Amino acid sequence: MTLLTVENLRVQFPTRTGVVDAVRGVSFTLGRERLGIVGESGSGKSQTGRAIMGLTPPHARISADRLEFDGTDMLAAPARERRALRGNRIAMVLQDPKYSLNPVMSIGRQIVETLRTHERVSRGEARRRALDMLAAVQIRDPERVFDLHPHEVSGGMGQRAMIAMMLITGPELLIADEPTSALDVTVQLDVLRILDDLVRDRGMGLIFISHDLRLVSSFCDRVIVMYAGRIVEEIAAMELGNAKHPYTQGLLNCMPQIGADRHPLPVLERKPEWAS
Amino acid sequence: MTKPLIIENLQVTYDGFHALRGVSLDVNAGESFGLVGESGSGKSTLLRAVAGLAPVTGGTITVNGNPLGSTRTKAFYRDVQMVFQDPYGSLHPRQTVDRLLLEPLAIHGFDDAERRILRALDEVGLGSSFRFRYSHQLSGGQRQRVAIARALILEPSILLLDEPTSALDASVQAEVLNLLEQIRRDRDLTFVMVSHDLAVVTHMCDRLMVMQNGAEVERLTAGALAQQAVTQDYTRNLLVASKGFVRP
Repeated sequence: MTLLTVENLRVQFPTRTGVVDAVRGVSFTLGRERLGIVGESGSGKSQTGRAIMGLTPPHARISADRLEFDGTDMLAAPARERRALRGNRIAMVLQDPKYSLNPVMSIGRQIVETLRTHERVSRGEARRRALDMLAAVQIRDPERVFDLHPHEVSGGMGQRAMIAMMLITGPELLIADEPTSALDVTVQLDVLRILDDLVRDRGMGLIFISHDLRLVSSFCDRVIVMYAGRIVEEIAAMELGNAKHPYTQGLLNCMPQIGADRHPLPVLERKPEWAS
Repeated sequence: MTKPLIIENLQVTYDGFHALRGVSLDVNAGESFGLVGESGSGKSTLLRAVAGLAPVTGGTITVNGNPLGSTRTKAFYRDVQMVFQDPYGSLHPRQTVDRLLLEPLAIHGFDDAERRILRALDEVGLGSSFRFRYSHQLSGGQRQRVAIARALILEPSILLLDEPTSALDASVQAEVLNLLEQIRRDRDLTFVMVSHDLAVVTHMCDRLMVMQNGAEVERLTAGALAQQAVTQDYTRNLLVASKGFVRP
C-alpha cells in the first residue's frame, strides 16, 4: 500500500544572486517500509524531507506534480489541515537533541504538549502515556527523566526523548533526518535498535536521511542516492554492492574500513554531467 | 633520540570531577598515535592537557625532552599545534583567511609572511583565490583545510588532531584524511589523533589507545585491531558497533 507519493518535487530558494535549486525533480513512492535517502551536504536530502513535512521556509518555492500523503494533496491542503497532519500522522526526528528540544521546558511537558495538541486527553492520561512512551524508548527511569530539562540528559537520552515525543501520537510516517549523527557509535546502535523495533511493531513508513551510506544500507530496505538535488540511483539495500552509478560507488569506497589498507583513500569524483 | 611526547600518570580534575585518572603514553618521532573512545572517555581532555587547555592535577608531560610546567612558552606553541573538531567554531568569523594565517606569524615574529601564507594555502590544496575570503564563504571541508594551514604555518613538529573530520561528510573526510597523511609524510610530523571512529583511527595511526572513563582500556597496534586481536570486551563492542546496524 502506498503511503506517500512524490512526483517531480522541486524546491527553489530565491537569493540575491539568483535562484538556488535545492531539489530538482525528485520522485519516489513509499509504503510501510524503511527508505533511506543518502547524499552529501547540499544534495537536497534534508530539503526533500522538510518539503514532505511542510517545514520549508516561507520564502522558498515548492512545486510538484504530485505530493500526496494517504490520498491528501499536501500542496493544495489548507494550512490548518497540514498542521493537523504534522506531528500527528507525519512526524520528524531531527539531528541534534541539544538544539531541537525546547531548553526551558521539561522533557515530560514537551511530550505531553505534543500529545495534547493532537488528541483530547486528560492531564493524568497524557502523563501516563508520556511515561509509557519514555519506557518504550528504553529509558530506565521514566518518572525521573520526565521532570528533567534537556541540558540535564546525555545526547543519547535526549534523542530517545525526541523519538518518544514524535511517536506518542502514533504517526504513520516518520521522517528521521540524521537521527544518530550526533551520537557515539555504541549509543547510535541503541537508538537505531529502538527505532527499528518501533517501526516494525507499529507498521510505520520510515524515511531515514543520512550522509552515511553504510549505516543507511544496514538499516533500510531501499536506498535513494541524491546528488545536486536529483536522484542518481535507487537501489535495494541488499544490492548496494552492485551499485552502478559511480557516485554511489564513490560514496561507499571513500570511507576508511578496518582491515583494508588503502593509502590514500579513494576520493569521490564529482562530474558535472551527473547533475544534469 | 628523545621521544617527542611522553606522558606519565596524567591526571586532570575539573571541580572534583576526574576527567583523566592517570594515563601514560609515549609517542615515537614521526609516528601517528590514535586515541579512541566515547564521549566523556577523556580522549580530548588528554590532548587539551598537552596543549595547556585543561587543569592538570598530577603526572608529567614531556615534549621533545622538556618537561612542561603549568604554563606554556611561545616556543612550545611553535612546536606543538592543534586542529580542532568544529571548523565552524574554530575560525574567527570576522577575519579573512589571510588575517587568520597572518596572526600566528606575527605572534612568533616570522618574516616573509606573504610567501609563507601562499605556500600554506597551496599545501592544503586551497590556492591563492581563497586568501581574502571570510570563513562563512567556505564549506566545512575548506574551513578545516584553513585550520590545518594555520597549524602548519608555524612549521611545528607535533600536530594534535581533535576529531578533525567528524563534522565533515564522508566524502570530504576522505580528502582531509589524505591531506593529513600527505603532510605527515612530507614534513615528517608526529601526530596525536583523537577520534570516536575506530575505522578512521586504524586508517591513520600505527598504534592506538582505547579509553573509557578517563583511563586506558587497551593499547594495541592498528594491525592487531584489523585482525580482531583485541583482549578487552569494551574494544570488542566498539569494533562490532563500527560495522553498522545488525538486525537481531
